[in-house]
Amino acid sequence: MSSIAAVVAPSDLVEVALGLGDDCLILSYRLSEWTAHAPEFEEDVAMANLALDLLGQARNLLTLAGELEGRGRDEDELAYLRDDRQFCNLLLVEQPNGDFAVTMARQLFFSCYQVLLYRGLAQSSSPALAGIAAKGVKEATYHLEHATLWTLRLGDGTEESHLRMQAAVDQLWPFTGEPFLTEAAWARLCDARVVPDLQALRERWQAEVRAILREARLECPEELGRQRGGREGLHSEHLGHLLAEMQHLHRSHPNATW
Amino acid sequence: MTANSDWPLWEVFLRGRRGLAHQHVGSLHAADPEMAIQNARDLYTRRGEGISIWVVRSAEIHASDPDDQGPLFDPPADKIYRHPTFYEVPEDLQL
Repeated sequence: MSSIAAVVAPSDLVEVALGLGDDCLILSYRLSEWTAHAPEFEEDVAMANLALDLLGQARNLLTLAGELEGRGRDEDELAYLRDDRQFCNLLLVEQPNGDFAVTMARQLFFSCYQVLLYRGLAQSSSPALAGIAAKGVKEATYHLEHATLWTLRLGDGTEESHLRMQAAVDQLWPFTGEPFLTEAAWARLCDARVVPDLQALRERWQAEVRAILREARLECPEELGRQRGGREGLHSEHLGHLLAEMQHLHRSHPNATW
Repeated sequence: MTANSDWPLWEVFLRGRRGLAHQHVGSLHAADPEMAIQNARDLYTRRGEGISIWVVRSAEIHASDPDDQGPLFDPPADKIYRHPTFYEVPEDLQL
């Protein structure tokens, strides 16, 4: 059996680590937008915790991507000095917070994907990815529990909360297919057992999310959504606004610390 | 943020990694026990303080009356023989 280094192209690993890191970074930023605006003080802290978990994962993944790339870019340079076309996060995570139901639907869809992904990555033949995933899977599992409870509570709650939760699911469903699209780099890494098979993940995601939605008395289409483009840098208009705010300080005052 | 009077108040008790008993750490608002435990996790265990959480509806706690403080707590004050320090420890006792 040949060594991993012989069969895995570093550029493939960079692409995958960047994509997963960008997912965490952008969703972390979205969640942090709730700080001081959440419906309850308790929920305010809860969402800040989710954001911090994801920021930690983003730092690890972007640092790894920078090291593998070998062009001297660190986590800050990758986070703050790329333009929207160079970000390869999923369209799902850049979607605006909307009302609380939209934020929780987005979290349910993403965290379920992330739990399944990290469980697979924890078995990766890449020790660096396996380490990040093993740590992240506990965090993602809690995020999923949190989002699941809210989905059940709102979906199976009052008439108003049910309508809003259903509207949130309808609004975000078009973005549910993109996480499971297999790019060329992913396919090669999958063959080398560095990353898990997305088709298997897709089946399990469908089963788990549909079971939760059913219990919450919520409906969803038979097919997963078809919106795509995030992984190739083709984003919705929302990402540009997010980056303008997120990157402003670093671009205005390079390497500022406090 | 608004203070929500719909959600009841809960008292939170944590047991630390080396602690033997759960200790009261504070209170929070939550709609049900599951939410109360999640909120307690997010509010009170951010720095690894606990490995077990209890939540109790504040309304379920019955407290002693502050006006009864005298009758309840003063009588033992002059019964120093109830304290272990009342007894002299023999010098050759290995502790």
